[in-house]
Amino acid sequence: MKPFSRISIAVAALLLTLTYFLPLWEIELIAPQYPEGLGMEIWINQVQGQHPGDLAKINNLNHYIGMKHIKPESIPELRIMPWIMRAVMLFGLAVAISGRKWMLTAWLVVFLVVALAGLVDFYLWGYDYGHNLDLENAIIKVPGMTYQPPLIGSKKLLNFEAVSLPGFGGWAAIGSVLTGALVWFMEMRRARKVVPNVE
Amino acid sequence: MKRTLIVAMGFVLSIIGIAAIFGGCSPKKEVGGFGDAAEKVYVAPGSYDEFYAFMSGGFSGQVSVYGLPSGRLFRVIPVFSVDPEKGYGYSEETKPLLMTSHGFVPWDDAHHPQLSVTDGQSDGRWLFINGNNTPRIARMDLTTFETVETIEIPNSGGNHGSPFLTPNNEYVVASTRFSVPIPQQDVSISSYKENFKGTITFISVDSVTGRMKIAFQILVPGINYDLSRSGKGPSHGWSFFSSYNSEQANTQLEVNASKNDKDFIAAVNWKLAEELIAQGKGQDWTASHYHNYMDDADVGQSEVLNSVKVLVAKDHPGLMYYLPTPKSPHGCDVDPSGEYIVAGGKLAALIPVHSFSKFKKAVEGNEFEGEFDGIPIVKYESVIAGEVKDPGLGPLHTEFDGQGFGYTSMFLSSEIVKWKIGTWEVVDRIPTYYSIGHLMIPGGDTKQPYGKYVVALNKITKDRYLPTGPELTQAAQLIDITGDKMKLLLDFPTIGEPHYAQALPATMIKDRSVRWYPIAENKNPFAIKAENESRIERDGKTVHVYMSTIRTHFVPDNIEGIKVGDKVYFHVTNLEQDWDVPHGFSVMGATTSELLVMPGQTRTLLWEPKMAGVIPFYCTDFCSALHQEMQGWIRVSS
Repeated sequence: MKPFSRISIAVAALLLTLTYFLPLWEIELIAPQYPEGLGMEIWINQVQGQHPGDLAKINNLNHYIGMKHIKPESIPELRIMPWIMRAVMLFGLAVAISGRKWMLTAWLVVFLVVALAGLVDFYLWGYDYGHNLDLENAIIKVPGMTYQPPLIGSKKLLNFEAVSLPGFGGWAAIGSVLTGALVWFMEMRRARKVVPNVE
Repeated sequence: MKRTLIVAMGFVLSIIGIAAIFGGCSPKKEVGGFGDAAEKVYVAPGSYDEFYAFMSGGFSGQVSVYGLPSGRLFRVIPVFSVDPEKGYGYSEETKPLLMTSHGFVPWDDAHHPQLSVTDGQSDGRWLFINGNNTPRIARMDLTTFETVETIEIPNSGGNHGSPFLTPNNEYVVASTRFSVPIPQQDVSISSYKENFKGTITFISVDSVTGRMKIAFQILVPGINYDLSRSGKGPSHGWSFFSSYNSEQANTQLEVNASKNDKDFIAAVNWKLAEELIAQGKGQDWTASHYHNYMDDADVGQSEVLNSVKVLVAKDHPGLMYYLPTPKSPHGCDVDPSGEYIVAGGKLAALIPVHSFSKFKKAVEGNEFEGEFDGIPIVKYESVIAGEVKDPGLGPLHTEFDGQGFGYTSMFLSSEIVKWKIGTWEVVDRIPTYYSIGHLMIPGGDTKQPYGKYVVALNKITKDRYLPTGPELTQAAQLIDITGDKMKLLLDFPTIGEPHYAQALPATMIKDRSVRWYPIAENKNPFAIKAENESRIERDGKTVHVYMSTIRTHFVPDNIEGIKVGDKVYFHVTNLEQDWDVPHGFSVMGATTSELLVMPGQTRTLLWEPKMAGVIPFYCTDFCSALHQEMQGWIRVSS
């Protein structure tokens, strides 16, 4: 790997530190009665409101449709994710130090698997909250209606428009993986060019 | 033929003459011609006003909050009067705020709102107002727009000249309107001259918490003390009080207190008073008075204090002087520089303006014309800076625009007169409808007025609005003062009765307004933090119901085991942590009022069931789609 590639990978790995200080994902709930904004943030180790009290407000609203309370302490992934992210980061730094291309490939594969697993997990939690409703005690029952928030993009959930997008931490992770992919692509192209020149 | 013509001409001319006479005499009423006034007061839907205006509620005992320039009413803050709409004075937490040495007094007459100041400028922290009838001062918190403290003024016969602040909230001043025997005693009313005294009270304000405490009282000659302002800049350290009834009449004051050509403005050196108190010169007088405040747990507390420090004015040379001032002065206003003290002689045909620097020189040069009950009277010629000549009739109050002009309200000629400080010439006048009392320019009593508008606070409205029987709406008028000519922009109704008002830019307080109280910080001893903490506890005949409310249910909502003759305390905690979601609580037949509980707050209602049966209760503040379902029942057994 060229020195520039190695520096780029180090930067990409260090970019992941931002995921400890910024939310990975944000779900905003837009309705006329909430001009002050309402929403929740998924962080690497917690789920919280965008503003103080938002999570309590969302849970209170959800009781109308029979949705379970969102309790961050009941989501075990939030305890594991910081360790996984640390591992990905250290692995990235090891790639930069060693400068080996096979390690770069391995890192990229691991990173993509972790990212995909995270998104799938997020989807499954959303599915669980949105579908497994306590219909016995739900106050508002709309036949056939489920309340799974979108993975990305927006969706109308009764009087709320739910908008789900990566947070700054999420964008940092996306930037990190894209940098990794770009470097990997450049290194591969360079390898193909270099070989004929040697002969 | 000729004769007929002359007769006809004479007839026509006399008609013209009669029309001219009547036309000339009829009151001029402005109709139309308002130009761009509508545009200047229109605040588009969803937009905000530029100023908050705090208006006294007069005999309603409350304070009303308006937006300017729109004249829209936002809130009535309950202060000295119970307010069943908000449960104020009915909930156990707020009852103590209305306690006095006379017992629970559920009403007062509130006149002069005063915004807290730092360096002579509004600082947007607190609002003070006086209770005139049963002498009291209240303090409101401008983050919650709630009354948080009241203090009773002992040795006072009516707290009118109050609560005017010194430039850094060092003191709230309070002068007695009616002189009375001090200390109180059973004497003949006709012994006024011999036995009646006045007091001027200085109440200290804690610079951090705002807590009030009577620092000292000054015993002064027995006349009527009316209004006040404190000095600033060069006159910092002094307070000025208008006074009337220097005749010391005790009956038919209308006539008997209007005889003297001049009454007084009293100048009090409060810095010297502070020193005298520090030197131990204050006498301890027994004077029982109540101090009530909302404690850290948002629960009202009353404490009874039994003595005050008193300085007898005539015993301390230099503490107090009288400045002769024409004709029963009412207003007593200090200009932004602190040099001029403007008096409004109710019955005078001029506005006298005293000079502070001339006053100081006169005192140094011993330019006195005599004494009144042991207080030196400075010579009128030695203190007067100028007189605004022919301003109109019945000058009352003056505010300032910070551009070198004073604006004085004229009660009798029903107008505002604008005059230039220094030359004392009248430069403009505008009619008001009708009989203006106070007037208010945003920041018009501070070092740097915000200007822009003057608000006329009128005493009579007559034909200005649709009639509502014999009692008509109270009213204010908004006048543009940005140009050379004052321009009437808007009439708007107010709650009764608007005496004085104060205003400040909305940006100073709007972003600090509390939206809800964090439930984790609720320290009310009867609060619950979650539904599963709700419970009913009996202690003899007293029952405590620890109740929670959240959209859209009460816990508990079925209450059994209550007996006729019990004292039932409902401690209702609103568990909401959301903006603008108060819940109400009301019980059928309760002889009190509802409770209105803010998010995160706890309020307590006492209910004493009189008969067996099942009694419903419900939420009174429409809170959600299922508000109608927010109800419960109480079973009362005999």
